[in-house]
Amino acid sequence: MTWTRQKIAAKAARELRNGETVNLGIGLPTLIPDLVPPSLEVVFHSENGMLGVGNASPDGPHDDQLINAGKQPVSSVPGTSFFDSGLSFAMIRGGHVDTAVLGAFQVSQQGDLANWMVPGKLVRGIGGAMDLVLGAKRVIVTMEHVDPAGDPKLVDACTLPVTGHGVVDVVITDRGVFDIVDSRLYLREPAPGVSADDLREVTSARFLPTTD
Amino acid sequence: MSIDKTLHDARAALSGIQDGDSVAVGGFGASGLPTTLVEALLDLGPRDLHIISNNCGADGFGLSRLIEENRVAKFTLSYLGQNQTAARRYLSGDLEVEFVPQGTLAERLRAGGAGVPAFYSPTGRGTMIEFGGLPRRYTSDGDVALESRPRRTETFNGERFLLEEAIVPDFGLVHAHRGDRWGNLRFRVTARNFNPVIAMAARTTIAEVQELLPLSSTSGDDVHLPGVFVDRVVPVADEGEAVDPVPSSAGVRT
Repeated sequence: MTWTRQKIAAKAARELRNGETVNLGIGLPTLIPDLVPPSLEVVFHSENGMLGVGNASPDGPHDDQLINAGKQPVSSVPGTSFFDSGLSFAMIRGGHVDTAVLGAFQVSQQGDLANWMVPGKLVRGIGGAMDLVLGAKRVIVTMEHVDPAGDPKLVDACTLPVTGHGVVDVVITDRGVFDIVDSRLYLREPAPGVSADDLREVTSARFLPTTD
Repeated sequence: MSIDKTLHDARAALSGIQDGDSVAVGGFGASGLPTTLVEALLDLGPRDLHIISNNCGADGFGLSRLIEENRVAKFTLSYLGQNQTAARRYLSGDLEVEFVPQGTLAERLRAGGAGVPAFYSPTGRGTMIEFGGLPRRYTSDGDVALESRPRRTETFNGERFLLEEAIVPDFGLVHAHRGDRWGNLRFRVTARNFNPVIAMAARTTIAEVQELLPLSSTSGDDVHLPGVFVDRVVPVADEGEAVDPVPSSAGVRT
């Protein structure tokens, strides 16, 4: 049984630590603020110049100018601050953001990330991803385990243009949670009913069981 | 004679922009985009422009209209997103596109405004940004006509950093919430984004403001971007703002 997007986002929310500053990428990561356990207080950073990002697409009338990195309307929270892009990326590049959660096309067993270009097909651009993966102390990737063609996204080596080398620390897919430590990939938790062998069939990266 | 940077005609405020000029435009998506000035640029008609902006707009809107009307020779941006117009023209050789990581774009502009000709950044280390080879322009047959160049690098504290050069655009178009005749600007929420660094960097900066205030009404502490960086101020009607902005429970200061 595979995990839903909500479940993946909930698992990512549980990776966060009290008091952290966390940047959320577009797509699935924007579900995270609603799923942070009430015992935790976390400050969400948005690359377009905001600390203290609240829920995406709040109900009711919204402020068109107040948006997140995915250009969706968001709410602010008590303690919110606004600043320009120069300062925003000084925070990122200068190592002041603790954790970044973003999506991927591919993650390699050494923690390389490819998430910005499929040559000849898809060039959306880079955005803040290259800055984030080097600046954040911890990088969590949330993604489907296989691509629309059914091919593995957790690979022995990235074949797509890389966003950063050796940057990924945790990977959460619809089929399992993985850790990358010292360039080795470890399976922490498979989804219910999914065995390590099931995962091997859809993963071209080599992974080891977690040893505590 | 007093200092009065105010102009009430947006087209007149853009005077001097010629074919081939570089124009940086503020905004992150539609938030903080100087829509009145972009419309006026379209009306004015200069061609072969080099546009520098984080995004290129949604098809049919904003900066995308400049591309659709064949006014843009080159676009420097960090994220093209779902824009089909730009993607199609890029891939068919009608538009040169320079992809720059968002933080590098912001810092290159800031450096341009700050008199720093170049700086080192880690961003893009080990990627096509460092090594070059990213297509900037295609031929009409889909071959690569021009590729991105590799970055020079230097090692500091045992790590490799890329040398990035400042951007100093001929013109900068920015959007602000409030301004005055000295060009002092104040921004709202996430509509701030690239506007301050573009205002700093551009040789001539034109700012559209939602509210034009008398000099006496603002405290120096309320100024986000000092007027020294701004050359022309154009008051515009409120645009792109929802009818009922939602106040946060803490009362975010505006």
